[in-house]
This record gives sequence, structure tokens and C-alpha cells, in this order.
Amino acid sequence: MQSYVHVILAGLSSGMFIWLVASGLTLIFGVLGVLNFAHGSFYMLGAYCSFTVLKYLGAGYWAGLLLGPVGVCAAGFVVERFFLRHVYRLALPYQLLLTFAFVLIFDNLVKIVWGGGALSPPTLSFLGGTIPILGRNFPVYNLFIIAVGPAVALLLWALLEKTWYGRIIRASSSDREMAASLGVRVPALFTGVFVFGTWLGALGGGLAVPYVGLLTPGMGETIIIEAFIVAVIGGLGSLKGAFVGALVIGVLSAFGTRFFPAFDMFLIFILMAGVLLLRPQGLFGAAR
Amino acid sequence: MKAETRNAVAAGAVLLALCAVPFITGKFTAYLTIRIMLLGIFAVGYNLLLGQTGLLSFGHGAFYAAGAYGLGLFGVHVSTHPLLGVAVGVAAAVLLALLVGYLCVRHTEIYFAMLTLACGMMVFSLVWNAREITGGDDGLIGIVRAPITLFGLADIPIARENHFYFFVLFFFALSVWAAHRIRRSPFGLALAGIRENARRSEFAGVPVRRYRLAAFVLSGAFAGLAGALEALLESNARPFMAHWTHSAEPVLVSLLGGLSSLTGPLVGGAIFVAMREIIQRFTENWMLWFGILLLVIILGFRGGVVGTVSALFRKATAPGEG
Repeated sequence: MQSYVHVILAGLSSGMFIWLVASGLTLIFGVLGVLNFAHGSFYMLGAYCSFTVLKYLGAGYWAGLLLGPVGVCAAGFVVERFFLRHVYRLALPYQLLLTFAFVLIFDNLVKIVWGGGALSPPTLSFLGGTIPILGRNFPVYNLFIIAVGPAVALLLWALLEKTWYGRIIRASSSDREMAASLGVRVPALFTGVFVFGTWLGALGGGLAVPYVGLLTPGMGETIIIEAFIVAVIGGLGSLKGAFVGALVIGVLSAFGTRFFPAFDMFLIFILMAGVLLLRPQGLFGAAR
Repeated sequence: MKAETRNAVAAGAVLLALCAVPFITGKFTAYLTIRIMLLGIFAVGYNLLLGQTGLLSFGHGAFYAAGAYGLGLFGVHVSTHPLLGVAVGVAAAVLLALLVGYLCVRHTEIYFAMLTLACGMMVFSLVWNAREITGGDDGLIGIVRAPITLFGLADIPIARENHFYFFVLFFFALSVWAAHRIRRSPFGLALAGIRENARRSEFAGVPVRRYRLAAFVLSGAFAGLAGALEALLESNARPFMAHWTHSAEPVLVSLLGGLSSLTGPLVGGAIFVAMREIIQRFTENWMLWFGILLLVIILGFRGGVVGTVSALFRKATAPGEG
């Protein structure tokens, strides 16, 4: 019983990182209609930037978490404003490969700036340590992550459903031309949504710094796959689906790692195959 | 001269030139040419799916790896006969492509791309984790290039690079010819019809999903062949063959050369391998430069090299138009 609770908690905390990446991915896809391969790179850049602020500038953890992802937003702005904007009307392979080009570029830039080896972040003084849950110790930081995930979800829901900006975003997402003819500056809105999505991914990266233990230039390529799987299972473009999907994948892969270490991805594959056969549009996707 | 004859003559000339490569150039050029041919097999097969059927797969590395590991495991445990090994590798790739394709062809466009990507990465992590069978991240080693025995009648050695070169050239020529025939066949034309308008094809009585699956499995077979040959070339099979960054290679190559022709992926493959060699000689950061080049192609030269050159050629020969 005790070990099951711990596996679930570990799964929930790793699921929250997938959620943070998948939420930005889903938001950008929902509004811009582009699937962004480079989103994992934003996660990676967020981690490296936060790490730099935290370690080399000597600022505290919170400063790193705030400043790092904001720095990555600049990269997101450049990608959308000067490149992605020109391929919206093109066929899918061009859009995907454009974002793939940025995966190559960002991975290599990280190697140039921070080196190709793994970096180990300093241990935290606060939020560090462990607390006993059912007689076994659990890292406090992971509990913090489990709290941040739903907080971001709540923020996103409030932003999209309760504010004027959210209404405009939803309107442009459902009918781009109609929104434009009603006076919405759609190109600027797209840039804004892309930068916001970038921030979500980079925030995930910044939060991951004390969690993952080691920063490597390939860290974005792993999480983007998990985020894709989550998006498929939850239903492409559905934030609710991304949230539920991330939790399911996180917990399932934690159980896989604990009980069938060689085949943890295989469980996820079976789940994905099952969802696709029974409900092709995903758990929360609209029927197509 | 008719276009058909002209193409046949051009193909013959290229084949002759490829035959001459190991005799007139150094070992390294021959090795690079082998790599170009392997990527060519991979990309020509892949383009049956992307260029012909209009489906963008990001998981064909998995079938490449299935070919390599199929040949490797068969060689280590059963028989080192190269032809049997290649056959087993291709069969493994076909089976895997059937399984993955059965799930994935239910969707198109972005869903299809993501699904193939996810399935490919599943294969990657399985290969990576199943240490006892595949050697994990060390790769599968100890793959030998035994002579080809033909029913005990003759032994053809392929251990030396020059001999192996012709082994690869044989499969390369076979693949290009097969891809050419498939593109021209009623089946290939039906695939193009699906690409242009899936719904209309369906109304015309084409079983769209089955045809898509068939194209998927066919391109998986080409990928498996290329993977099996690479395992023979490098004497090992590595999990990164199944990684999605490797799956992106045929996409890049097809785009680089041009999607709409048979020669596009071949030219793209040659440019890709040559460029990687050249860039790597000057800088470690070849990914950066390749990324930038990719941006330039997408934003400026979407026909690829073949498309751009033939457009220029048309302009030059017909000055009155356009």
C-alpha cells in the first residue's frame, strides 16, 4: 500500500512536467494549427537558462524560475515572428520540418554555450529535503511540483474562459477569418499565443532543474515525445485532455518503471493503441 | 528522343558511373557512395509514402532498426548468410510496419505524423531497454560479412569493402527500379489519387485505408533493407537507428531533393551525405548549419534541388512563356 502511494506520487510529479510541456504544445496547436517540434527545445532552453541564472548569476531559485523562462520567450518570439509566420499556409511537412530545423539549431546552440556534457544543478536549501508520507520519505520539491501543475491549469482555464483576451483567443481559434474581419489583429495574437506557449514549456524546464538532477542537451527530445503521446491520448487541441493524459501517462510510466523496468514505455504504447482503437479522436477530442 | 528512352539512358549512365567508383576513387569515396546508396534506398522507399501517398511519417527509423536488428540477431544466433539475413531483416521490418501501420493509418496529417513518431520511439526504448537481447545502448555487435554461398555452387566474398560495394549497388539498383515500377503501376497511381483527394478516391472504389497501409508497409520494407545493409556495412546495429532524429532523415532528404520525383530523394541523399562530410570537416556544429540550411530551403526553395533546377531548365528552354 505504502509503496503504491509513493509510486503514484512520483508518477503525478513527473506527469506535471509532461503537462507543462503538453499544455504549451496544445495551446499553440489549438490556436495556430501548428505542431511545434521545437517545444521540447523550449523546455530544454528553460532549464538551461534557469540553471544559469541560479548558478552563475548567483540569484536565488525564484529569480531563476522567473527570469529563465522569460528569456526563452525571446527565442519563441523570433521563431514565430520571423519564420513560422511564413509557413502557415504551406503543407504540413514544411511546417513540421521548419520547427524541426529549430530543434537542430537549439540543440546545437546549447552544446556551444553550455557544453555537450551533463550539468548538475546545485541542491536547494528550501523546498529541499524530504517529509515522511506513510512511513517513507518523499521529496518536498516533488510535492511542490504536484501543486504547481494544477495551479497552471487553473490559470490557463481562467485566462481562456474568464478574460477578454481568452475570448479573443478562442474566437480566433475557431474562425480565424471571422475574428480578423471583426478587428482582431490575428498575426499579433498568434505571436502572443506562441510566446505564451513557449513560456509554459520553458517554465516546465525551469521547474525541472532541481528535479531531473542532470541537464543534458537531449532532454527536450525525450519530453516532446511524451507530450505528443499525451496530446494524442487526450485529444489534439484539448487542454483538459492534455492535463488528464499527462497525469495518466506519468502515473502509468511510474508503475512501469517500478514493476517492469525494461518495458515501461510498452505500457504507454498499449494504452495509446487502446485509446486509438476505441476512441480515435482521443479522450476529450471532438469527433472529427 | 522520347522521355522514356532518355530516362533509361540516363539511368544506365549513372549505373555505369556507380560501377566505376570503386576502381577510380579512393576507399573513402567508395564508403561515402555506399552511405549515399543506403540513404537513397531509405529515402526512395520513404517517398512512396510521403511523395506518392501524401502521408508524413516520423517513425521510419523503427523499420530501419528492425532491418538492422533482424539481420544482426539472425546472423548471431542462426546463420550468417547475407542474403538470408537481408531477407529476415526486411521481413522483420514488414511485420513491424504492418503492426504500426494498422494503428496509424486510421489517421492522416498531423495525427499520423505524431502517431508514427510515438510508435517509432516505443521501438527505440524497447531496443534500448532490452539489454539481454539487443545489447542496449552498446548496440548489437559481432555482425559479420560472410561470403554469399549459392546452393553450395559458388562462394561470393563480400568481406572486402570493394566487394561489399557491389552487393549494396545491386540492392540499390533493385530498389530504385522497384520504386520506379511501383510509382508507374496502377497501385502507385491510386496512391497519388489518394494524396490528391482521398474522399474522391474512396468514392471511386479505392479502399483508401488498405492502400495507405500497403504503401506504409512497402516503404517500411525499403527502410528495413537499408537498415540490414547498414548493419552489414558497420558490423553493428545501434538503437539510435530507431530514434526519431534518424526517422527525420528521409523526410529531410526528400525535401532537400524534391518531393515530386523519383530522383529527388536520390539527389537529396547524395547532397545530404556529402554536405554532412564537408561541414563536419570544418566544424563540429554541423547540426546548426544543417538547421539553417533547412530554414533556407523551406522559406526559399520548396521544390527542392530537383524542382528548382528543372524549373530553371524549363525557363531557359522556353523563354517565350511565363
